Amino acid sequence: MMLRGRDGCKLIAEKPKNYNAMPFGLLKYGLSKEYPAHQHFTPKTDLKPHYDVVIIGAGGHGTAIAYHLAKHHGIRNVAVLDKGYLGGGNTARNTAVIRSNYLTEEGVNFYRESVKLYQNLSNEFGYNIMFENRGQLTLAHSDAAIRSFRWRAEVNQHLGVRSELVDPQMIRELVPNLRVQDDARFPILGGLWHADGATARHDAVAWGYAKGACERGVELHQCTEVTDVRISNGRVVGVETPRGYVEAGCVVQAVAGMSSVVAEMAGIKLPIHSYPLQAMVTQPYKPLLEPHVSSPHVHVYVHQTSRGEFVIGGGSDPYALYNTRATLEQKESLASAVLELFPFLAQAKMLRQWAGVTDMTPDYSPIMGLSPVDNYYLDAGWGTWGFKATPICGQTMAELVATGRAPELITPFALDRFYDFRQVNEAGATAASH
Amino acid sequence: MASQQRLPAPYGLLIDRGKPCSFEFDGKGYIGYGGDTIASALIANQQWLMSRSFKYHRMRGPLTMAGHDANTLVQLKSAPNTLADKQLLQDGMQVHAQNVAGSLRRDWLSVLGSFAKFLPVGFYYKAFFRPRGIWPLWAKLIRRQAGLGVIDQSYSTAHNDEEFDKQYKFADVVVVGGGPAGLSAALAAAKAEEEVLLVDENKILGGSFNYLGAGYQVERDSLVAEVLANPKIEVLCNTICNSWQADHWLALVNDTRLHKVRAKRVVLATGSIEQPAIFRGNDLPGVVVSSAVLRLLNLYAVKPGDKAVVLAGNDEGYGTAQALHAAGVEVVAIVDLRDASNQPTIAQELEAVGVPIFSKSTIFEAQLDKTAQRVGKVEVRKITEPGKCAETGRFLECDFVCVAVGYMPSWQLPCMAGAQLSYDDASAEFALSKLPAGMRLAGSVNGAWQLDDVIAQGRAAGENRSAGPPESVPLNHPWPIFAHPKGKEFVDFDEDLQIADIINATRDGYSDIQLVKRYSTCGMGPSQGRHSALAAARLVADVTGRSVAETGVTTARPPVAAETLAVNAGRSFYPARRTNMHYRHAEAGAQMMQAGAWYRPAYYGPQDRAQQCIHNEVMAVRNSVGLIDVSTLGGLEVRGPDAGEFLNRFYTFTFTKLVPGQARYALLCNEAGVVIDDGVAARLHEQHFYVTATTGGVDRVFQSMLKWNAQWGLDVDIANATTAWCGVNIAGPDARKVLAKVCDSLDLSADAFPYMAVREAKVAGIPARLLRVGFVGELGYEIHVPQLYGEALWDSLLKAGEEFSIKPFGVEAQRVLRLEKGHVIIGQDTDAMSNPMELQMNWALARKKPFFVGARTLRELETKPLERVLAGFTLPIGAAQPKESCLVLEGEQMAGRVTSCAVSPTLNKQVGLAYVPPSAVEPGSVITIKCEGGERVDATIQALPFYDAEGARQAV
Repeated sequence: MMLRGRDGCKLIAEKPKNYNAMPFGLLKYGLSKEYPAHQHFTPKTDLKPHYDVVIIGAGGHGTAIAYHLAKHHGIRNVAVLDKGYLGGGNTARNTAVIRSNYLTEEGVNFYRESVKLYQNLSNEFGYNIMFENRGQLTLAHSDAAIRSFRWRAEVNQHLGVRSELVDPQMIRELVPNLRVQDDARFPILGGLWHADGATARHDAVAWGYAKGACERGVELHQCTEVTDVRISNGRVVGVETPRGYVEAGCVVQAVAGMSSVVAEMAGIKLPIHSYPLQAMVTQPYKPLLEPHVSSPHVHVYVHQTSRGEFVIGGGSDPYALYNTRATLEQKESLASAVLELFPFLAQAKMLRQWAGVTDMTPDYSPIMGLSPVDNYYLDAGWGTWGFKATPICGQTMAELVATGRAPELITPFALDRFYDFRQVNEAGATAASH
Repeated sequence: MASQQRLPAPYGLLIDRGKPCSFEFDGKGYIGYGGDTIASALIANQQWLMSRSFKYHRMRGPLTMAGHDANTLVQLKSAPNTLADKQLLQDGMQVHAQNVAGSLRRDWLSVLGSFAKFLPVGFYYKAFFRPRGIWPLWAKLIRRQAGLGVIDQSYSTAHNDEEFDKQYKFADVVVVGGGPAGLSAALAAAKAEEEVLLVDENKILGGSFNYLGAGYQVERDSLVAEVLANPKIEVLCNTICNSWQADHWLALVNDTRLHKVRAKRVVLATGSIEQPAIFRGNDLPGVVVSSAVLRLLNLYAVKPGDKAVVLAGNDEGYGTAQALHAAGVEVVAIVDLRDASNQPTIAQELEAVGVPIFSKSTIFEAQLDKTAQRVGKVEVRKITEPGKCAETGRFLECDFVCVAVGYMPSWQLPCMAGAQLSYDDASAEFALSKLPAGMRLAGSVNGAWQLDDVIAQGRAAGENRSAGPPESVPLNHPWPIFAHPKGKEFVDFDEDLQIADIINATRDGYSDIQLVKRYSTCGMGPSQGRHSALAAARLVADVTGRSVAETGVTTARPPVAAETLAVNAGRSFYPARRTNMHYRHAEAGAQMMQAGAWYRPAYYGPQDRAQQCIHNEVMAVRNSVGLIDVSTLGGLEVRGPDAGEFLNRFYTFTFTKLVPGQARYALLCNEAGVVIDDGVAARLHEQHFYVTATTGGVDRVFQSMLKWNAQWGLDVDIANATTAWCGVNIAGPDARKVLAKVCDSLDLSADAFPYMAVREAKVAGIPARLLRVGFVGELGYEIHVPQLYGEALWDSLLKAGEEFSIKPFGVEAQRVLRLEKGHVIIGQDTDAMSNPMELQMNWALARKKPFFVGARTLRELETKPLERVLAGFTLPIGAAQPKESCLVLEGEQMAGRVTSCAVSPTLNKQVGLAYVPPSAVEPGSVITIKCEGGERVDATIQALPFYDAEGARQAV
């Protein structure tokens, strides 16, 4: 292969599509003399004075909205601005859980569509996000939990989501090395098995969307913080940045972890309290755990990445904070909890512990849609459920921005639900499952 | 069995030559000494190859001998990913190489390295997903190769939980690092009468003194002796400070113990991390940093080999060459990246003993020897410009390579504390600034390298003042990076990343250092960038036209060094709460269930007769008398002049007018008008209420009370007395007769002690609070006594009730009894949206009160039509029994759900509660329930309660 030399390169250069069948896609890297570099994102350019759409936040959501605007609505004069680097906020910090086994009809319908989009995302991008359908098991250690899981299973099944209440025997079959013993401090009485549960390389989701958006003319501006939002006669007209003022036809905020801070620049008060959420990861070990396993009772969830690391997370910190420090107490508590489920992980060694900031809404559902300011759109309140919603949120928010009308799938999540007592309560389906 | 070669004393500070240890590595026997690490013993036996790398399965041997790199990760049975250069050797130890396909020597997956060109940076993003649907197959294949060590799934600390524990400590000053700087700092602080805790990750104090050789022994011994003799200094060796958190809260890991330490201030004398040079083959076993050579010689008396090539970017390389020469190692050459050494005399001395010096040259490539297990020769080329070499060079034979090209300060702890790491591109020197108050640095972490400076900095930090700037020692070569046309110049040994991988990441558009890390995985491995961060930053800076300082390094996160989950978990503490009557339930054959941290009897009798037992218990309460342990109910004491006002604001009912001796149902909403708890508030005195709350809710209720009272500032004291009280509920038509037998000091007549009254009296000689309440719908008394008397109360009542066939009943029977009465259980019949109107509990709302928590929302909600109502339904026995949480359908639309459902032995039908549309709430309406599995059943709505609508049985 190495000897094919120039002809090989030429052939590939001319007809790249023939070599896209995998793993032939890698051939060009081995055969070309020069690394066939292809800038995935906009090289650094000056900001234009005007964009039709300015998106604040270059995480998964911001880039997904830009992607859909450019691809499906022909809106390409779009800038995605971020105060840090691409996908460096909660997109980088979340633990990459994808699921749709929520509790409300509105929630299940929304996340179900998201999971469907995820399944095809790599091929849509031409960029492997490493989506893996591993399944998710949530454990019940009390009869109250069984009741609540049955509720979710019944709702899920009714709405076409693969979700079922399973008994300890079935749990043993699903996760043979899980400690399902009667003498455990919290015996496992049952579980909620969600066959559609999945994971993906979280960074790659933002990268794939950003790449696709940039290829269609969207501009990505990293290290470009929006410092103020300018409003005139109740309508947003532009944003201030350290690199200058930018005029905007409309503005979308997609800044999980800072939603209320950014909204406040636009004079909007969001019903959000922000809490740090911590997670940790071990060194890599040979694979031994296939699905994602969580126990809301001991506040822990764990899955093994495709690199072999165990990612372990739990509940949010008990007090509101914008700091992303990791605490010793949370590490101790997560370690202790995960050993209740998998005692042999006692030998696993911690590699790293970190935190993100979760914007919690009163009903544990997101805020998507119009805002009190004309042409200013909200993509906020993503608590611990933002990553899994990325594709569908991008698609529906783009439609909203393009048409000015919210698609049916997201109308229940409008900000005004809090004024009208139409909450979409997912409290029962979010604790320590993520 | 291979033979080991050791140098004579004083080489070998750490080993005990009198204690030979035999051990096995990959099935072959070796001998080492007590005090050896696995790695030092293996190298003493000329075994450099210890494991295989993560991606290309390349050969890996030690790099630092300090336990700082991941090259030496080996497998012990129940300890995968063990650092061979840190783990002490034990007699009989069985060690295996890790991540090996086939054998350590002939790893068939090492062929992957030949395809490195086809596995460019981020290759997994670029491939494996076409055609559609193929990825899961690839994912499986790739995943099979993932990971390093193997976790022993039979291992558990549970049977041996004293093994891991935790200790809290306090200190005026914590000094991290027991080298010259740390020792001096500890002594200075102790002299100022401060309590000092000195920690060091190594087995003995001394730091660089120990491996710099016998020349420093006198200084070392006197400083260490002084420290050990000082009563103000506590020394913890084998202890690594793994994290710094706000206000100097430190996690120190000492083997199986986690020390959690609060310090007034912290001195970090954590030293520096020697950096590798980047050239083709720089990862071969036998290519080590110069401090590793000194450690091998001086700590373990191990001669790393017979023929050394020293790659020097600073004068330390010359010092190490001298040490090697002195130990009888042939120094084949010193290859100096610079024009010349700064210390010509040393160079001359070395040349005089026959060591050739190649100046302005580098190692361009290292190659294997003929055993193909360790480095055997290097190609030396002249440097033409930074990073570039002449077209040709010369080969030198050697059996190890020593690299001395510079250091990075141990930046992790200071950076966790918010410090900034800066780098001067001209001098290639680092500086840490913006330390938090109370943190000082001393020694090489702070740029001090001369012993005088190091000690002066240590003293100053110990005295909590800053020292003058240290003398600058040019140790860092600015560009020890030499790309090779055929690659394999490794920047990150953990992840097998070559120069091209880092550069190409930026060319793919990932130019921020954080994106480089995430895209290439550089620094994501077990050594967390200790040896790759600098080179990666230099490469990224170069290719993106920025300075290294602008490029920066990625965020430091805890832990500094790997630590097991076991040490973090310690003795896992999940307390179990048992009531004072717990063992009586067990004796009576109760099946226990968990309720939060509590255990409660579900029912009494064998599991296979559960339903019958529950029915019998229900019938006993309805027909004669039953007794249930309600100790787990929350108990809150609310006292003070404003106690009534407080409850008035907190709960939905009115409490200000409640007279002492009366009790009232207490319903709690949150600000969103959602019902979150209920109980009974009994007014014992004008200024004292005893309030019960649900078992699962009391902690939340207590917290909420404290929160609101902090806001309201009322004159009231609130205490959670749940565990101070034990309680029973004696209920049934004969309850009064039973109670009368053991409670003669109280008039129990209906007039004197009516329904919803509270009394204090002695029951069976025990001081008790008696509440006449009716959860189960019969004449009943809740009797609360001090916790320790629970069992005595239980025994007395059972004895007194014998003649009435009293029967203990459990939670399951209580659930049926209350369901017959239509009483809701908060959390079961309510959810995160339930408001009192939906629960048909408008009667519990005091509308004339100016305020209660949730009132404003409820007033708003009352103006809107209800969306659902919790209603009672019945089904004949024999019909399918819907389980709790099954859906109520309207056509195929979800319209509600069942929250409770049970066969009522009293009424001889199935009764249940369900959320139904308001249109279906009229008695006689029919609702469709989708049972588990999909079967539909039609149930009839019935007005609540199902049983004794007039309440005639409980208010007698």
